[in-house]
Amino acid sequence: MQTLMIPEIGHYALIIALLMALVQGVMPLAGAATRRPLWMAYARPMATGQFLFLAIAYACLTASYLLDDFSVANVANNSNSMLPWYYKASAVWGNHEGSVLLWSLILAAWGFAVSRFSRELPRDMLARVMGVMGLVSLGFLAFVLITSNPFERLLPNVPQDGADLNPLLQDFGLIVHPPMLYMGYVGFSVVFAFAIAALLGGRLDAAWTRWARPWTNIAWAFLTVGIALGSWWAYYELGWGGWWFWDPVENASLLPWLAGTALIHSLAVTEKRGAFKSWTVLLAISTFSLSLMGTFLVRSGVLTSVHAFANDPSRGLFILVLLGITVGLSLLLFALRAPRVSHQVGFSWLSRDALLLINNILLVIMTVTVLLGTVYPLLLDALNLGKISVGPPYFNALFVPLTVILCLFMGLGPLSRWKHTPARDLFQRSWHAGLAALVIGAVAPLLYRGEWNLKVSLGVVIALWIVLPMARDLWVKSRHSAGRVAGLRRLSLAYWGMILGHLGIAVTIIGVTVVSNYAIERNVRMGVGDSVEVAGYTFTMTELANRRGPNYLADAAEIEVQRGDSRRSFTMTPEKRLYIARGMPMTQVALRPGLFRDLYVAMGEDLEDGSWAMRIQHKPFVRWLWLGALLMAAGGVLAVADRRYRRTVTARDPERAAAVEPREATA
Amino acid sequence: MPVRAKRKQKLFVILGLVSLAAIAVGLTLYALRSNINLFFSPVQIAAGDAPLERQIRAGGMVREGTVNRDKESLEVTFIVTDYVDDVEVRYSGILPDLFREGQGVVVVGQLQQGGWLRADQVLARHDENYMPPEVAQALEEAGYSPEDYQAKAAEVGKRLDAQGDATSQN
Repeated sequence: MQTLMIPEIGHYALIIALLMALVQGVMPLAGAATRRPLWMAYARPMATGQFLFLAIAYACLTASYLLDDFSVANVANNSNSMLPWYYKASAVWGNHEGSVLLWSLILAAWGFAVSRFSRELPRDMLARVMGVMGLVSLGFLAFVLITSNPFERLLPNVPQDGADLNPLLQDFGLIVHPPMLYMGYVGFSVVFAFAIAALLGGRLDAAWTRWARPWTNIAWAFLTVGIALGSWWAYYELGWGGWWFWDPVENASLLPWLAGTALIHSLAVTEKRGAFKSWTVLLAISTFSLSLMGTFLVRSGVLTSVHAFANDPSRGLFILVLLGITVGLSLLLFALRAPRVSHQVGFSWLSRDALLLINNILLVIMTVTVLLGTVYPLLLDALNLGKISVGPPYFNALFVPLTVILCLFMGLGPLSRWKHTPARDLFQRSWHAGLAALVIGAVAPLLYRGEWNLKVSLGVVIALWIVLPMARDLWVKSRHSAGRVAGLRRLSLAYWGMILGHLGIAVTIIGVTVVSNYAIERNVRMGVGDSVEVAGYTFTMTELANRRGPNYLADAAEIEVQRGDSRRSFTMTPEKRLYIARGMPMTQVALRPGLFRDLYVAMGEDLEDGSWAMRIQHKPFVRWLWLGALLMAAGGVLAVADRRYRRTVTARDPERAAAVEPREATA
Repeated sequence: MPVRAKRKQKLFVILGLVSLAAIAVGLTLYALRSNINLFFSPVQIAAGDAPLERQIRAGGMVREGTVNRDKESLEVTFIVTDYVDDVEVRYSGILPDLFREGQGVVVVGQLQQGGWLRADQVLARHDENYMPPEVAQALEEAGYSPEDYQAKAAEVGKRLDAQGDATSQN
């Protein structure tokens, strides 16, 4: 159906939003510089208006999709009248133009949220934060309008039907993965804006960190969930059962995550001890820059993958320039102003401060190694020095040992105190746990598979080394005269957040270790009546049939699965689909998920004689990967709910108050 | 803490950072060196530019009518061409969904004595517009204009699609 006005209203709303972003980017910053309250007061209404108009633009694009308005080029290229309505709605961000619009909408939403929830911020600070966010928004809205207008019409030759959404993207995972990831990417713009505001205002105190921390944690939690969803989606949708490929696109999301993880820890030190200030600012700038770089890599078309929609080089150039301006200006500002915010605080080498410093150094090294492996081939290619690719062995060879070292220090972190912890105390608090971790880790592979395996032992040891000292700490801290429950209640939410986050890492490590070492994959030829045994399960093909879905035809196999000698069996139905509009085949995997193992059956190819190449996999503990990520995200959110972030700022000197706060339990 | 002690601590932090960074860079370069996969086109392989029995990437178009499946196993052979030279590829396993005759592929594997390639991985395009950029460049370097092979790929693709539709209707 062709609508007369909807795309035009959307386009118009987009232009108004751009103008509002311009005002938001200029007036409050100028007002803060010249101390004019009236100018600064532009920030809030502009943020609200920008969000409102972008929401209208976004709603108009969604309406064009839902109404099958194929006169809009974006709809015609990415939708189809046969597509179910929920995929029509998610197809909006299944393409370049729409996804950049979503990016901008989310940015405006974060800006709106900051303007709502930061009422007690000093006026000039709020004005600077909102101003910086306005400038970022301005850059992206200009990008949308100049190079990637989603409302462009195909007139007068309107196609009869659309080219359909890429079948790989017709999936629940895709409905949720990009918005989550963007919430994370874009969310880091808030802490970036806070950092720039601190540099501009020359003021970075404990109160500043108390405002910046919740936003960072939330963005980080969203990014964590987004990455986990991406991994989960690749696992069941690409039909190979892999969950991480060290693909540049994945690395693009991992980079800001690593830097963001370093940032949330360094913010803890800045809040509690007033140390690492300029470092925190630098990390905030880096994290957001890496988010922008991720957007550039994914959206510019320099990478060929399912994510690369744009093949227009002007778009890549635009984002690259935007990235260059953002990074260049913020680093310049940092170089000029960082000495004004920095503040020297001494600490002993055996202290939580030092452990968090090590955490930061290691995370930055991990970020740099991943960055190098991702960007190096692109650089060589850009300089015409040859086409190379850097394979997963590179990343594994560096990332795994660095993670192990990081985890060794991570076990000690929660046990240590700020400023100084005597070595004797640290040893006393950790040796039981260390010994237990070593013993359990050494026998775990024997108990699980009857055969010793160094890698599995190592994985279990470091996971337990994270969990056991924390459990002991929890036990000690929950001691209370009114009983355990009262003791547990007394602990702060920030502490619980830390516990959950670290527990999440341990759970993910267990998942990665077990599934990498014990997964079984068998590619077999199967016809009706054939059976094959994998990991104690018997898979028998009972039927091959043709099916018809709303927008595809499919070959489906019925596979009966029996465990050992048990009588009970269940059926798994993998499909090989052919999506009609694009003539594109796709594997629909049959999954039998479980907490301790997944069974995974995919149809490979038709071998023409009534049999199919089938891919059958047994994936132990694979769910733990994503479960761990969810725990981490939950930890990040829980920490934000801590009372001290809801407390309004009082007149006393917040920095001193934070420094003398005696509770070591809060991280 | 006295100023001198603070300075000393700062010095240690800096020294520590520098040495850690040096170790990291060293390890990284070492890991990079042994894990880089260079790309070769059939022309380059035929000319003997590609190393034997080292992991390389090769790519081109799958020559029409050369895909051969073994009757008993999942062994498959096919010829990758840039319309100048051919390379035989042997692979055991399941080919990706979008692998098709007449389309671009990239294979990762080791070149064997006798000029054929044992593939560990076969990568095909993600959608119907996908032509691996390395393949496109290799073809251009072999003197073909992009329109030529794009048109050829489209023509072969359409013909094969038409056949596929005919068989599925039967």
